[in-house]
Amino acid sequence: MAKTELSRKTKTEIEDSSSLKGTLASVFLLGFFLIITWVGVYSLFISRF
Amino acid sequence: MFNPSAKLKVDRRDGKLAMAHFFVAFTALAIGGLAGLLQTLVRSGKFELPAGIGYYQILTVHGVVLGLVLTTFFIMGFQIAATSKTSGTLTNKQRIAGWTGFWLMTAGTVLAAVMILLNEATVLYTFYAPLQAHALYYIGLTLVIVGSWIDGAAIIMKYAEWRRKNPGQPSPLLTFMSLVNTMMWIVATIGVASTVLFQLLPWSLGFVETVNIGVSRTLFWYFGHPLVYFWLLPAYMAWYVVIPKVIGGKIFSDSLARMSFILFLLFSIPVGFHHQLMEPGIDPAWKFLQVILTFLVVIPSLMTAFSLFATFESFGRSKGATGLFGWVKKLPWGDARFTVPFIGMVAFIPAGAGGIVNASHQMNQVVHNTIWVTGHFHLTVATSVVLTFFGVSYWLIPHLTGRILTKAMNKLGIIQAVIWAIGMTFMSGAMHAAGLLGAPRRSSYSEYGGAAQAAEWIPYQVAQAIGGTILFIGIILMLYIFINLAFFAPKGEQEFPVGEAADEAEKAPMVFENWKLWLGITVVLILFAYTIPFIDLIQNAPPGAKGYKLW
Amino acid sequence: MHMHKFEKAWLTFGIGSLLVFLTVLGVSAFYLGNQPPSCLATIDPEKVDTTAPFNEPGLKKVEGKDWDYELVYVASAFSYSPAEVEVPYGAKVKIIATTKDVVHGFEVAGSNINMMLEPGYISEHVTTFDKTGEYLIVCNEYCGVGHHMMSSKIKVVE
Repeated sequence: MAKTELSRKTKTEIEDSSSLKGTLASVFLLGFFLIITWVGVYSLFISRF
Repeated sequence: MFNPSAKLKVDRRDGKLAMAHFFVAFTALAIGGLAGLLQTLVRSGKFELPAGIGYYQILTVHGVVLGLVLTTFFIMGFQIAATSKTSGTLTNKQRIAGWTGFWLMTAGTVLAAVMILLNEATVLYTFYAPLQAHALYYIGLTLVIVGSWIDGAAIIMKYAEWRRKNPGQPSPLLTFMSLVNTMMWIVATIGVASTVLFQLLPWSLGFVETVNIGVSRTLFWYFGHPLVYFWLLPAYMAWYVVIPKVIGGKIFSDSLARMSFILFLLFSIPVGFHHQLMEPGIDPAWKFLQVILTFLVVIPSLMTAFSLFATFESFGRSKGATGLFGWVKKLPWGDARFTVPFIGMVAFIPAGAGGIVNASHQMNQVVHNTIWVTGHFHLTVATSVVLTFFGVSYWLIPHLTGRILTKAMNKLGIIQAVIWAIGMTFMSGAMHAAGLLGAPRRSSYSEYGGAAQAAEWIPYQVAQAIGGTILFIGIILMLYIFINLAFFAPKGEQEFPVGEAADEAEKAPMVFENWKLWLGITVVLILFAYTIPFIDLIQNAPPGAKGYKLW
Repeated sequence: MHMHKFEKAWLTFGIGSLLVFLTVLGVSAFYLGNQPPSCLATIDPEKVDTTAPFNEPGLKKVEGKDWDYELVYVASAFSYSPAEVEVPYGAKVKIIATTKDVVHGFEVAGSNINMMLEPGYISEHVTTFDKTGEYLIVCNEYCGVGHHMMSSKIKVVE
């Protein structure tokens, strides 16, 4: 019982130390910024004659 | 990657060659920065230039010395140092090529500068015909280009030598990247060299009376877009290879870094029409095709963003960071070699977003030739690229002069970058906003006969002058640091940081070194994107245009 | 060559967004006709004043065309002809412009009318003036010492 817990804990730590979830979140924030900028200027284009 | 020919230090003789480039580059920064300050002051409406100096003359100085001289000289110097460091000391023959190129570029710069100062070439750095400058201005710019080819030949020769001596091995990453940028530059500059040598020079000398405007502009922009990638790629070299070492981490992936550079080689050139979207004489279907190719060149930048975040996160987690963004706190914020280029990276986010807008075919109507565009490239080249070059200077210049970056200079470097970021937020932010309202770029102060719309632009122009003044303080600080590192800093050993790949076991695929393949595809893409519209421009050409000197 | 699964996800999202942008632009341009100004007609830049329609700059009502008016401009250093024009609100207008000397810009500030005028070429743009007001036309390509003085005016009136 204790052994399984220990090994699970180690495994979580290893996963965490090589995780790139922060990177994934960062690039998606960047992606949303690109989309907002583009949509913003596109709506300006649509609204003008 | 074990690299037998990499040396600890760049050889003194190669260091001198690189330093010669940097002296010209930082002289250009001083002159061009002053010109920039004066422009923003004039445009605020609160200041007039003394002694009959023209706004557009100053603007020509600013564009030529910062856009062409500072960038080209810094890049050539950096790439020579990086190649010498990672592939070994240049041979005498290679170094002579480097010096020949350097002196040709310098002579060309002086010639062009003299013609600008004599007010014989107030045509801005884009010299659009039929405004006609003095022939010596065109000859000066030609010498800069030809010099850069000979300078670049040193890098190509060194690369070829390394490959000969290390058969079957992928070349050192920094050498590989320098080589890609040099080759892209040579392919691109063929366009501008053609219009100058075959059209503008004979025309300015009076051998021919008229010039084909459509052809000249298309040849210019065939060069004009890869030019901006020629500025950007050395910054990417530092971001991919140097920054991981500076923070104590690893390059996320050697192979993916090479792949993104190959993509830049392929897609940077056949995209010039996105600068000509508002022009007559080009079929909109061909414009749209080049818009699609322009969007493809966004992809390697998306890859770069991921790699950089991944490098930072992996490093932070190896230091025990937890949570989604805990790694941010582990980064060495007190180190100018990291923090200064990092601010440049952050600036590339709005810069890239604006760039996608600019390239978006009919949406370009909203921003074309408004001061939004000026705001855009002051984020790309004048923040992302230039701050990275400053960050590189903080270790490269002491490395080459046998000195060290002291704690005081390190701190000053960070202050410099913060000042730059504040100044640019004001200036570029105001430029973007005024541009959306329609304020034109490249224009002196004007109330346009009291028009209500023009009055709305003026507060933004005042904000630009405030930003410009803050930026000029940043330039003075940078020049002070440069002089310190070149002449006065304590003697010592400053490291040239070259990162190692996280996946060392994974050898980069040799296909990346197959230049017949990559240059072949580059040429095919260029022919595909340009052949038919270019023939159209020649076959359906209107009568040529005579030269004008309207300044 | 190995690519992390998150990087694959990011590139899929990024490239997907670019494709959406391109599709929106492509449909707008090729299906709805919102192409950037790309007129292919040419003219002798020495004979602008004697070539129709540039021999009579200004607003003209036309019949039997997709647009109600044609608005003709001749640019030269450092002015536009006409210097001021009134356009009826809601009119569909084809703007036709060229230059007699160097490259000029033609930008109606605050609108999507934005085109390069190049010697030897004619530039055109069709639009419906559906907002009243006074609009400033500026030259947005450097053309010489008086570049920033070069302007004109469009009044959209009821």
